[in-house]
Amino acid sequence: MGILRSLTLLLIALASVLSLPATAQDEDPGEQLLFNLAEAPASKVEEAINAIVSSGDERARGWIEAYGNNRLSRIKDTGQVVLVLNNRGRDWEIANPLTGENMGDMSRRELDRVAINNRIRGQLEGILAMLDLNAADPDVREASAQDMMGKVDASLVAPLEARLEQEGSARVRNRIEEALAIYRVGEGNLEAIDVLAGSLHPRARAALNEAVRGDNPALATKAKQALGTIEQKLKLNRAAETLYFGLSLGSVLVLAAIGLAITFGVMGVINMAHGELIMLGAYTTWGMQQLFPGQPGLALILSIPTGFMVAATAGIIIERSVIQYLKGRPLETLLATFGISLILQQLVRTVISPQNRTVVTPEWMSGSLVINDALSLTLNRLYVLAFALVVFATLMLIMRKTRLGLEVRAVTQNRNMARSMGIRATRVDIMTFALGSGVAGLAGVALSQLTNVGPNLGQNYIIDSFMVVVFGGVGNLWGTLIAGLSLGTINQLLEPWAGAVLAKIIVLVFIILFIQKRPKGLFPQKGRAAEG
Amino acid sequence: MSMLEQLTHRDRVFDFLAPVASPVDVRHGPILYMEGVNVSFDGFKAINNLNLTVDDGELRCIIGPNGAGKTTMMDIITGKTRPDTGSVWFGSRHNLLTKNEPDIASLGIGRKFQKPTVFEALTVFENLELAMATDKRILPTLTAIMKPEYRDRIDEVLQTIGLQKLRDKLAGILSHGQKQWLEIGMLLMQKPRLLLVDEPVAGMTEQEMERTAELLTSLAGKQSVVVVEHDMGFVRSIARQVTVLHQGSVLAEGTMDQVSNDPEVIKVYLGEEE
Amino acid sequence: MAISQNWLLRPFQERSTQIFLGVLFAALVVVTFLHLFMPQDSALHVSAYTVTLLGKYLCYALLAVAVDLVWGYLGILSLGHGAFFALGGYAMGMYLMRQIGDRGTYGDPILPDFMVFLNWDELPWYWLGFDMAWFAFIMVLLAPGILALVFGFLAFRSRVTGVYLSIITQALTFALMLAFFRNEMGFGGNNGLTDFRDILGFNLRTDATRLGLFIATGIALAIGYVICRAIVTSKLGRVSIACRDAEARTRFLGYRVERVQLFVFVVSAMLAGVAGALYVPQVGIINPSEFSPLFSIEIVVWVALGGRATLYGAVIGAILVNYAKTVFTGVMPDAWLFALGGLFVLVTVFLPKGIAGLLQKRRKAKTDDDTPTGQEATA
Repeated sequence: MGILRSLTLLLIALASVLSLPATAQDEDPGEQLLFNLAEAPASKVEEAINAIVSSGDERARGWIEAYGNNRLSRIKDTGQVVLVLNNRGRDWEIANPLTGENMGDMSRRELDRVAINNRIRGQLEGILAMLDLNAADPDVREASAQDMMGKVDASLVAPLEARLEQEGSARVRNRIEEALAIYRVGEGNLEAIDVLAGSLHPRARAALNEAVRGDNPALATKAKQALGTIEQKLKLNRAAETLYFGLSLGSVLVLAAIGLAITFGVMGVINMAHGELIMLGAYTTWGMQQLFPGQPGLALILSIPTGFMVAATAGIIIERSVIQYLKGRPLETLLATFGISLILQQLVRTVISPQNRTVVTPEWMSGSLVINDALSLTLNRLYVLAFALVVFATLMLIMRKTRLGLEVRAVTQNRNMARSMGIRATRVDIMTFALGSGVAGLAGVALSQLTNVGPNLGQNYIIDSFMVVVFGGVGNLWGTLIAGLSLGTINQLLEPWAGAVLAKIIVLVFIILFIQKRPKGLFPQKGRAAEG
Repeated sequence: MSMLEQLTHRDRVFDFLAPVASPVDVRHGPILYMEGVNVSFDGFKAINNLNLTVDDGELRCIIGPNGAGKTTMMDIITGKTRPDTGSVWFGSRHNLLTKNEPDIASLGIGRKFQKPTVFEALTVFENLELAMATDKRILPTLTAIMKPEYRDRIDEVLQTIGLQKLRDKLAGILSHGQKQWLEIGMLLMQKPRLLLVDEPVAGMTEQEMERTAELLTSLAGKQSVVVVEHDMGFVRSIARQVTVLHQGSVLAEGTMDQVSNDPEVIKVYLGEEE
Repeated sequence: MAISQNWLLRPFQERSTQIFLGVLFAALVVVTFLHLFMPQDSALHVSAYTVTLLGKYLCYALLAVAVDLVWGYLGILSLGHGAFFALGGYAMGMYLMRQIGDRGTYGDPILPDFMVFLNWDELPWYWLGFDMAWFAFIMVLLAPGILALVFGFLAFRSRVTGVYLSIITQALTFALMLAFFRNEMGFGGNNGLTDFRDILGFNLRTDATRLGLFIATGIALAIGYVICRAIVTSKLGRVSIACRDAEARTRFLGYRVERVQLFVFVVSAMLAGVAGALYVPQVGIINPSEFSPLFSIEIVVWVALGGRATLYGAVIGAILVNYAKTVFTGVMPDAWLFALGGLFVLVTVFLPKGIAGLLQKRRKAKTDDDTPTGQEATA
């Protein structure tokens, strides 16, 4: 134990020096350090490690790790210390520990492993952790402190406390305090439980559970209370997480449905190829990434306008070539556009591939936003949620505040009257359909970040989209937003106890029944005009 | 299985002359009674505290500018629209607010739509056949047979509305005026106690209008008729009692002369029309 | 015109029904003759494979007639008729599974193979009774009938019609598909029901049974056709058309539109169930893909191609499209979806009355020449 304590104290004293780069002009001091370690007899190994750690050398971590893994060897002939990269087979791949330069293969007979005994090995983890705890990067320090939770022993208490006094970052301090508290609870310290009661980390809970089972009654009671508090907080966090996943799924539904809310809801055109317009948007993203290899972020951002244009153009073609001839015949429109959806799917299968394509998630969208130990929000979903809201707000603005929106509303309410007032109804039809289709393309761009991009992508969303629009009340954009978000949330709430498939079935059946009860959805349009 | 059973009852008599549903009780006054009726669509008051009574056997004309609430009033009486408040009675026994359209129709209220609505894919004869007052439940309809007396009754009505020659033509090929007549004929087949007629002469020639006026006046007495019409000449030719609707409530009521001299009415409606 | 007053006999006096039944029975007789009495190597010989293929087409034809009844005459575009077809098929499949007995891979006398595989101890309650043919055959009618009754009752009562109804029927079949994919449902999950041995004691793998099933399907189609024809030529049929074209008007005449719709919808669902039940022993498998929305919407295009509101058009459409499908998927499988998609568009835009519309036009032109007052009861 002695070695650790003295070593870590030393380390902390050296903490300020740590950031300095290793000074190696003429002769690398690392060479001597490694040589000493390799030469040291069993009794002197501690000293040699001590020297390496306290040297402040940036490479120290790698060396000690290699030492612990039996990957530090000496070349018998020259006595040079090397890192063994691969120790399978007869020839081992080795590297220079000072420069990292690969030295190729060498027969294992020519190498001599630097010996390590089990006592030292047992301490290496702690040594490494302390090394990390003194790293310059607070993230590394935090991870290291988190790693120590539950592993703290008596020898680490003093160095940790010392580190705590120096530590500037609040989250690292919290971690160290928690790690210490776990140790102290084990020692029967009542106050330490208060510290753990504020933690959501599983190891804190494990320590408290152990205290409950332990033979100290006062400790057990208090630990039990603390566990209760934690459980409450966990419940809240789980609820928040479900809500987040629900809103995320909901935002996907909203994105998929909002274009339909325009073409179906406002114009009354049943476009069964809507899903395939979404698919086109997703494939546009894939295509852009092929155009800009290595720059997925740029490609994704460029996909937003491009995906819109591609889907809008496809929409215009569909409108001009088929839908305009089926005005006032909704059931025929439904069938014809379904046919178009089949053609588009098969087109993608034939031209691109029947297999799914991989769309890369740019770095700034991957990973997650960590709120606490029990709750972290995946960034890609967060972006999609925000994107959905932006798209919705923009559409709202277009429909409410622009000339186009006014004309659309005029044409849908009374086509002939609108025409006689000089509105070119046909042009409005085209523009509206293009807008709805373009939004479907945007949905595809966003979906490419969440799901597989394949020819069946659209099919998976078309029924859901229609359900959302109908549930929300046809012709009501707000209804679509609320319906989408709430259906997503309901689905996620059901999932834990019903399973994904059953949850979906339940939601579908729920909507089917709901529509029977209120055929006009959540937010119906009232009045004589709506009767038509 | 019960379908097959019905087959054995081919000789069952469905007397179309039998009184439909429970008889309307008019001993204690009017056949139609509306009180304090209010309807609003999204904040717009289509009907505003409407009170209206129609006596048994009366021929009543309802006039009023566009948006006065005439069609909505019809919708309420026939069960298509439910008012927010108020009461609507058919005779003194039937609360119409508790009934749906088919129930109300079988009680004996017939309606002619503003836009002539006939079944265009069926022949004139078949249109009248469907309107005939018979058992309108599913199985009786499925096994229904065309009895000679039914045929006679239909031919009689065809005669009345002057469409004998078009008997077996699809209703879709009829002219606008002929469709109006067919729809009136369908009303006659229903043998209703109360006829609601929405703009019966729109699109008719002078001659056709005259005959329509004749027909409607001849019906009054046996049946009660409520006519909604824009054509002032037509209203003048048939009206005994006129009600003026304005902004969802009754503005004036009386004979045509009384009403057309009412300064209020002249201001909102007649003044602009004549 | 001496119209019989009995609603069930009325169709037989109609020219179109006589022609239809004549052609159908002639086809049955010819196929049977060519199959039984032509030598194997003759060009005129109809193989057992072809007989079964034709039987499959006839099942589809019956299904199409059922869809035409609700779509053509009632104006209800059901995008979920595949569900009724599949339910009838599953009822039959359950009977056939129970008939396997202990001849399955695991040799369990009661439990079908997939249940043994899933380590189930006993038959779920809803499988009880399916070892008896009469019970299973009643369920072929009842299972789709009850679903249609409940669904239709709710939908028509709240006046869900038009596109809305189409969309929720599609959602219905989609939900059922998801449900039947689940192993826990007890219908064989993904794989469905298969490996059938015999039906009513006849070995399903013999040519004689296949021919028998083909003939049975032909007869079922004839009966189904006559029932539908009887309905549409009755006064109720005219009321249906009235509901289709002017729902509100029909209501004001005193008809309970929702009951008319419900009655016709349930009859149609039952016919679809029968079609499914005859389909399963001929193709030898039933799985959840029959519930897929694509299949249901495909049925609609058969009817659209053949011509709505004619019944015989539905038969023509179903046979033509499925024959084309057989040919395409054999020769150039990739092109099939293009062809099907194109068909959807072409029929709706250029041929709204379908093939039957073309036939009627020609016939009308002819009769107009012959007799100026030709009055054919056109639907």
